[in-house]
Amino acid sequence: MTPTARLAFAVTALTCTVAAAQAQEDSVVKIGVLTDMSSLYADVGGPGSVAAAKLAVEDFNPAAHGMKVEVVSADHQNKPDIGANIARQWFDVDHVDAMADVPNSGVGLAVSEVTREKNKVFLASGPASSDLTGPKCSPNTIHWTYDTWMLANGTGKAVVKTGGDTWFFLTADYAFGKALERDTTAVVEANGGKVLGGVRHPLNTPDFSSFLLQAQSSKAKIIGLANAGGDTINAIKQGAEFGIAAGGQHFAGLLVFITDVNSIGLKTAQGLVLTETWYWDMTDANRAFTKRWQAERAGKFPTSVQAGVYASVLHYLKAVAALKSDTDGRAVVAKMKEIPTDDPLFGKGSIRPDGRTLHDAYLFEVKKPDESKYPGDDYKLRATIPAAEAFRPLKDGGCPLISG
Amino acid sequence: MFQIFGIPSQALFGQLLLGLINGSFYALLSLGLAVIFGMLDIINFTHGAQYMMGAFAAYLLLQHLGIGYWEALVIAPIVIGLTGIVIERLFLKHLRSLDPLYGLLLTFGLGLVIEGLFRNYYGSSGLPYQVPEALQGGRNLGFMFLPNYRAWVIVLSLTVCLATWFAIERTRLGSYLRAATENPVLVRAFGINVPRMVTLTYGFGVGLAALAGVMAAPIYNVSPQMGSDLIIVVFAVVVIGGMGSIMGAILTGFALGIIEGLTKVFYPEASNTVIFVIMAIVLLVRPAGLFGRSV
Repeated sequence: MTPTARLAFAVTALTCTVAAAQAQEDSVVKIGVLTDMSSLYADVGGPGSVAAAKLAVEDFNPAAHGMKVEVVSADHQNKPDIGANIARQWFDVDHVDAMADVPNSGVGLAVSEVTREKNKVFLASGPASSDLTGPKCSPNTIHWTYDTWMLANGTGKAVVKTGGDTWFFLTADYAFGKALERDTTAVVEANGGKVLGGVRHPLNTPDFSSFLLQAQSSKAKIIGLANAGGDTINAIKQGAEFGIAAGGQHFAGLLVFITDVNSIGLKTAQGLVLTETWYWDMTDANRAFTKRWQAERAGKFPTSVQAGVYASVLHYLKAVAALKSDTDGRAVVAKMKEIPTDDPLFGKGSIRPDGRTLHDAYLFEVKKPDESKYPGDDYKLRATIPAAEAFRPLKDGGCPLISG
Repeated sequence: MFQIFGIPSQALFGQLLLGLINGSFYALLSLGLAVIFGMLDIINFTHGAQYMMGAFAAYLLLQHLGIGYWEALVIAPIVIGLTGIVIERLFLKHLRSLDPLYGLLLTFGLGLVIEGLFRNYYGSSGLPYQVPEALQGGRNLGFMFLPNYRAWVIVLSLTVCLATWFAIERTRLGSYLRAATENPVLVRAFGINVPRMVTLTYGFGVGLAALAGVMAAPIYNVSPQMGSDLIIVVFAVVVIGGMGSIMGAILTGFALGIIEGLTKVFYPEASNTVIFVIMAIVLLVRPAGLFGRSV
């Protein structure tokens, strides 16, 4: 045997061993929670999402289905390129079958493309952009929990109907903020309101005073916050300082999580109207979940995004069990759309052909400090928006999966 | 009412004032950096974390000991300053004879570790802290609504900045300090304990960062990453002002606050980049910074 032939033989043998090992390893269903572990969305998703995914696996009880399920996690640092690289690494090398969470729409959209290319599954709970089930929809993506259209529709409609008919936007200058502003503008105008202006501020802006001053001089009744996390907190905190409410103007928080309310404090946040699809203190099932979840995240309260990670992972595992295979991502997603959703946190629901999960949404108002009886007792329910009305109608999304 | 570039003059005056207020944070933080760099030749990348620790100290004092804002304004800088002294004694002291790059790497790493620890314990979304009772509300200046707390920030920051400048540039103690940086051996020969002076200076610089942190707590989100959001800008301020120049740091801090404020009116999207554009231009034209001594 010539040295080259020997080498070729060795390489072939090696490849076969690796392939065999891969086949063996692939009897494991591997779920990757790609999230923000170290920055502004780490409390909205982050380690809490990993904990939620693990609870879902526990409740699914893989052994009873003859399956093995493993949860891994990584930090995308809010950078689309890093997120996409981790996704490739996970799909190509680490045999990850499905990716969950992914807060930050910029990263979410990037990862959705990679998932489609590799024919895996993307269980989006963290990203908010409604484009994920609109122009950028994919046969490999399921969008759980919320989206910008639903947030805009819930909060925007409620606010305009109670007299807040002139708006000024403070918008985070990236994919998510722009989508939220666009969707809210449409809702405001459709309900007879008017948008007087807005500013686009960079992500993670510590000081909003300048923008608040512009909002004040616009004389708009409502200051719409098309941003999230620390940006929303800073805007509301400084708005109180600059006498926004005293001047007769009100904030509409378009994306506010319970973690944000806790860090603003009820004293400043009271009266704020917001839309969420899940609140820990709404049902006994939610409270029971919260208690288990808190075993790993002591003293914190789960967000709707983390609840969405739980529900989407659980539903994914059910579909894999029904199919008895996790290899073809597109087939798994088709199965997920076929079987109705049913879990302790979001109740019964369904998934539309464009990948949108349909469940109820709720309009909440933040309690006054003296109405709050215990930590985390933050919201009172103002209205329930039924699943059929909460999300963008299928025909308006412009999802290519639908039109052709 | 007249207009400037399509913006009503009233709005513009308001923005100028706000810029000045933000500038007072930049000035206070860059002052601490300039003092540390000027006296110790250390580029203190832990500064952002120490600013964050100041804000957290204010929160923890209130939450666990019931100690309010005014006391925190004194206690937090002292406590955080002491942690700075420990850091200097344990680590930085040993790097004095080495290339400044080592100090930079060490402080940068320390900053990351501290931030990570706080995030681990307190999460990333931040903690509530109210504006103190006495400073709530505000007054209408005609061209804008000025919250009392912001007025207080600007007064306190200016006072501290000028007092520090005076102490270092105009007093006997300051002259020892400056002499010790120029020629430590000679100053020691006069019977002055130079290492102790250096340690205390670092502690003081750190205390300034913590003071800025306490001042920021009622108006900015108190979160582990609040320092890293700000520190890069503050470094740019120091570079523009001239590394180690005390007055340079103060004046540049206020000036850049104003420039940033104006950017927020004319083109908000660029408001977090404008300072770096200025930094690039200054480095091209005057590499030592606007107020720096050329090396």
